[in-house]
Amino acid sequence: MAEYQNIFTQIQVRGPLEMEFVLPRGSSPRTGSLGFSRLLGWFGDAQVGPIYLGYLGTLSLIFGFIAFEIIGLNMWASVNWDPVQFLRQLPWLALEPPPPAWGLRLLPPLAQGGWWLIAGFFLTTSILLWWVRTYRRAVALGMGTHTAWCFAAAIWLYLVLGFIRPILMGSWGEAVPFGIFPHLDWTAAFSIRYGNLFYNPFHMLSIVFLYGSALLFAMHGATILSVSRFGGERELEQVTDRGTAAERAGIFWRWTMGFNATFESWHRWGWWFAVLCPLTGGIGILLTGTVVDNWYLWGVKHGIAPTYPVVFPPVIDPLTLPQNFPGGVR
Amino acid sequence: MNLGIGVSVALALAATASVGIIAVTTERPPIEGVQRGYRGTGMEQVYNPRTLAALNVANKVPISLPSLGTAGPRAGAVYKNVQVLGDISVGQFTRLMVSITNWVSPTQGCAYCHNTANMADDSLYTKVVSRRMLQMTQHLNIDWRSHVAETGVTCYTCHRGQPVPANIWFNGNGSDPTSGVTQAALGKNHPSTPAGIASLPTDPYTPFLEQANEIRVVSQTALPTGDRQSIKQTDWTYALMIHMSNSLGVNCSYCHNSRSFTDWSQSSPQRVNAWYGIRMVRDLNNTYLNPLRVNYPANRLGAQGDAPKVNCTTCHIGVYKPLFGVSMAKDFPELGGGPRP
Repeated sequence: MAEYQNIFTQIQVRGPLEMEFVLPRGSSPRTGSLGFSRLLGWFGDAQVGPIYLGYLGTLSLIFGFIAFEIIGLNMWASVNWDPVQFLRQLPWLALEPPPPAWGLRLLPPLAQGGWWLIAGFFLTTSILLWWVRTYRRAVALGMGTHTAWCFAAAIWLYLVLGFIRPILMGSWGEAVPFGIFPHLDWTAAFSIRYGNLFYNPFHMLSIVFLYGSALLFAMHGATILSVSRFGGERELEQVTDRGTAAERAGIFWRWTMGFNATFESWHRWGWWFAVLCPLTGGIGILLTGTVVDNWYLWGVKHGIAPTYPVVFPPVIDPLTLPQNFPGGVR
Repeated sequence: MNLGIGVSVALALAATASVGIIAVTTERPPIEGVQRGYRGTGMEQVYNPRTLAALNVANKVPISLPSLGTAGPRAGAVYKNVQVLGDISVGQFTRLMVSITNWVSPTQGCAYCHNTANMADDSLYTKVVSRRMLQMTQHLNIDWRSHVAETGVTCYTCHRGQPVPANIWFNGNGSDPTSGVTQAALGKNHPSTPAGIASLPTDPYTPFLEQANEIRVVSQTALPTGDRQSIKQTDWTYALMIHMSNSLGVNCSYCHNSRSFTDWSQSSPQRVNAWYGIRMVRDLNNTYLNPLRVNYPANRLGAQGDAPKVNCTTCHIGVYKPLFGVSMAKDFPELGGGPRP
């Protein structure tokens, strides 16, 4: 039993391959090879496949591949098709949205961000198809659709960043570039331009739910592993038929902080924290530039940005003083 | 524990990768923090004593030659073709010429600029450039005290014993090739040296230190009032600011309170100094350096055929004040430095 108290799963169950349920009428056949993987068994179930691809999954992968190609080929072109530089500079390369001058033009020239719009269309379609797929697969298995709605929360943030907010701002140029470092630099520039996102209350909430999710996940993983010697990893059984694992886990938290979740309610905590992170974050992004233009000044206006004692001699914007030097004052 | 060989190998690889990433992306301690702003605002400068020791060695100030007096005949009356320093004494003139040789061409000697058979001859381009550089130095020390104060500059501030200063720039360095149907070159999304290898613009100098484009991008009102500065434009300002930070070896908070980068009332006085510095560099590039393009041989020009130009690094070279604020110019009043008479 102590084997469970490890980073990797030490126990690999090997029986006959599970062929799962008989699928409902109208379903596509499952594809992919069947087999066991010792490596994957350390991290999860050792059985690999079969996968249910269906027409939604197939279309999603095709659309996603087209977006991937458009982004990748434009990145490669930006290093003059040099394969070595493509690999070396890959984290820096990007496909950028159109310059602000093009506004919301549906298809600006390909070289002027047209490719970004096309890639965005294919990627968004791919993601939405994959969403429908997660919904439909859950229904086919007789499950609730919680996973699909979780995924929808992430898609909300993605759509706000790249579609809804740019439309409200009247410029595709406000959207995020496709690229590893460039999208991070975009984030920093976004915060600077709009006067420090840390004063945005929805950004604050999003951070709470982000870090909160990590904390809850750590607490959960630790709690369940620590009662696995009492069968605690059989969580769902313990929900309806509370055993010593659930009792001990509950008492542990009640002793340490006076309150404990149940084996059932716990998962609502986790689900809501995860969903609320992109949900509140998306609201914060949506309000930026549309409703609030400088979050720091907004914070001052509403009393959430304190004033500190002055330590430097008074500093005045030199642009407001009469200046007389060559080369232009600006 | 009874780990399989595969797990051991995987863990060993992960550990090696982690150590490697930490080693190449971080700086070895110790780190010394110096608080400047009010406590809790994070306005502090971070230094590493090892880096400072290296900078101290690199910024050792050469001893000024002893003065030869201001009396006696004027240089312009004794020598031919003295266009800039004609009204100083022969003693001052000779001392300055020897000093310039020490500062700029110590190994090449006088012949780097002069035809030694006829010192008055203007046939070497280096002599024409030097004359303009003397005028530029005087202009800096006299008209740009808003930036250089009484400390002033000499040829050594930038040259440091080299005929061409180590930190110069040309238009459009590192911009990507123009392409047909694929995405046009944007001047960014490649490792940007000025911006500390971020994916920010690779040449933030041309728009701000040569041209006078708008640097201010942060909205001045809490609610929208029609400010159209874009996020893309912010990338350019961001790159310029990182260039300044790198040039001076300081953090953003040397000038700014990062809670509101734009707010002057919360900034340090150094921000005003930097503001004048940007205008000063722009003036030097347009008034003095770009027009010299016609005098340079092709090998001194940039890829786009432009003259070498200056930015913040050219003088500062990683130090908040060039040469840690030691004034060499006060020993050379003929260059316009020192207290005003």
